[in-house]
Amino acid sequence: MAADGDFAARAHAALGNAEVRANFRRAMDGLMAKRAAQFTDPQAWAQTRARGAAIKRRVLARLPELLERLEARCEANGIRVHWAETTGDANRIVLGILQEAGARTVVKGKSMVSEEMHLNAFLDRHGITAVESDLGEYIIQLAGEMPSHIVMPCIHKNKGDIARLFAEHIEGQGYTEDVAELTAAARRVLRSKFAAADAGISGVNFAVAETGTLVLIENEGNGRLSTTLPPLHIAVTGIEKLVETLDDIPPLLALLPRSATGQAVTTYVNMISGPRRDGEKDGPRAVHLVLLDNGRSRVYADAELRDTLRCIRCGACMNHCPVYARVGGHTYDAVYPGPIGKILTPQLAGLDAAGDLPHASSLCNACVEVCPVQIPIADILVRLRREAVRPSDTPAVKGAGAKRAPLEALAWAAWRWMYATPALYRLGSRLMARFGNRIPERLPPLNRWTGVRTRPRFAGRTLHDLARDKGYDDA
Amino acid sequence: MPANPTPPAERPHTVYYFGTCLVDLFYPEAGLAGMELLRREGLRVVFPQDQSCCGQPARNTGLFEEARAVARTQFRAFPEPWPIIVPSGSCAGMMRVHYPQLFADEPDRAEAEAFAARVYELTWFLVHALDVRLRDTGEPVRVTWHPSCHSMREMGVTDEPKRLLRSLANVELVENPRERECCGFGGTFSVRQPEVSGAMVADKIAAVSATGAAEMLTGDCGCLMNIDGAMSKAGTPMGRRHIAEFLMERCHGR
Ligand code: SF4
Repeated sequence: MAADGDFAARAHAALGNAEVRANFRRAMDGLMAKRAAQFTDPQAWAQTRARGAAIKRRVLARLPELLERLEARCEANGIRVHWAETTGDANRIVLGILQEAGARTVVKGKSMVSEEMHLNAFLDRHGITAVESDLGEYIIQLAGEMPSHIVMPCIHKNKGDIARLFAEHIEGQGYTEDVAELTAAARRVLRSKFAAADAGISGVNFAVAETGTLVLIENEGNGRLSTTLPPLHIAVTGIEKLVETLDDIPPLLALLPRSATGQAVTTYVNMISGPRRDGEKDGPRAVHLVLLDNGRSRVYADAELRDTLRCIRCGACMNHCPVYARVGGHTYDAVYPGPIGKILTPQLAGLDAAGDLPHASSLCNACVEVCPVQIPIADILVRLRREAVRPSDTPAVKGAGAKRAPLEALAWAAWRWMYATPALYRLGSRLMARFGNRIPERLPPLNRWTGVRTRPRFAGRTLHDLARDKGYDDA
Repeated sequence: MPANPTPPAERPHTVYYFGTCLVDLFYPEAGLAGMELLRREGLRVVFPQDQSCCGQPARNTGLFEEARAVARTQFRAFPEPWPIIVPSGSCAGMMRVHYPQLFADEPDRAEAEAFAARVYELTWFLVHALDVRLRDTGEPVRVTWHPSCHSMREMGVTDEPKRLLRSLANVELVENPRERECCGFGGTFSVRQPEVSGAMVADKIAAVSATGAAEMLTGDCGCLMNIDGAMSKAGTPMGRRHIAEFLMERCHGR
């Protein structure tokens, strides 16, 4: 088998950066400990996550119908609903709304879907300035980087990195590693942006079909400010963020922050149910909801892959991923890194573009163990590996068959023949046990094994032969 | 999800042994030790000469047809309704957890499910089905345990091997606080992403060494091959073995 190119090359660079590696390791250790402290009773945990999974499963079973219900309820509440098939469509819709309102400056709450759209760059090209108001997002916007984590976008940076960035970009700010001072500096800058912004853009954690409510959780208050202070609020979200009823919210809120950051609750839970009504003193004059597909309907169409859409973006899978902890988020070269990214990115972007990601996993199942909505991430990884080598006229995943390599297929055909033919297997394994140690070490895959390890030693005689010698019955 | 098995209703008289292809080629002594442990509990242990591999390498590569062909070979090699004991949590997990999925849409689905339900990981079986009592005859020693990801997360094997070790009078078990972290083997992962895998196994031997134990024991020869190879390359003086070999030596003097 071939060493997996792009990911391996980026991983090489990441593994060489001792500082970033240490940042991730420390951060992930802390997050794992905090989460563990929240779910100490295994039985209670099993029940809570089963309930979370059931809620998302139920809504996905009726997704098309419930999306229509959401649209109707939102419109009745005065929230204008827009459907975007592609990220390009979504960008044009957002731009259109902003232009119509004459908006020039935007403050943004945290939104991974807007990252998926590369919205900031798009708006910038059209003369509209968008400022991230989530502290982590603000920091990476200053650095001109992508998020390295879906919940903590600047987790790869330490205090020193941030101090340097602030000293360079914020007027009148000297170099300090004092966290309180750094936070105060960001707050100062952002306050003025909030006050002056023509519009606020945010994501959505849960959109409630029954009531047309948009639920947004956060810790910094920036989400509330960006959705209430400016006269215009645009929420962007993926179509899978739906839940059916308001009763579905508390069980999911019991899972999301505890899984994400080990907090029992977030500081803010925003429930947005429409624009400012007559007689109300605050709130935006207009609220829009942009629902993005970007390949999600295709994921939805496959009964097994559909489980991917249960994700509530808590990030626990990446916090517990031994690969992510070592190579960091940027190595995935995708908006969604870590285990969820490894299953989502190839489905959205295609296996031709991201087919190496499903193989960047030891299938250790650490992610499966902590996912609050029980997504069988490892099984989906294997399913995607399968699609990657299986060309089809009606592929379930874009780019299916892209990773098919004739030589590799031949090797596996030989493997199958040997291991499915007992007499041949006994002969072959006996020969391997006897002579395998003579295989030159420079041959693949042995040469990729021996970088950090000595070669495995063939035993000389197989267990088959030893068992027979010791008188173990064959049947 | 862990398989959460229940032991056979009655203590079996005969069991099958599935040695695994890795043990067959690289660690046959560990495989044999597992068989001896079972035999010394009074069981008749049958080792079908027609067995080969659980099919996991193909399944994990996405080659389901190839995996099924090899799995069917095992169905034929293990025809009697006896429990199938496996000295590997990973291969056991493949058979118990993934066979039913792999054959979900196949005509021989029922056969796959019946086969899967007979599969047990060795240490789990020793504890829950046989309730073994071990008598330690060895010198005092400190050991640490390395659990494989699939033994824990697919087969639900958590405390069983440690219980066996703790029952030995002269053995001190030192816990590794990072034991649940993957060693980086992952089958083809180790050669597809050699550097990431290498970083993982380097951290693993650091954590294992930090316990100060004289020997690391494990129940999976995939992990063992990886950790053993890395320790040899790094010159780590610690011992490392499959738990079955260790138990045989401690309790039966070989
Ligand atoms: S896949 Fe599961 S663990 Fe990962 S972000 Fe989504 S909900 Fe959280």
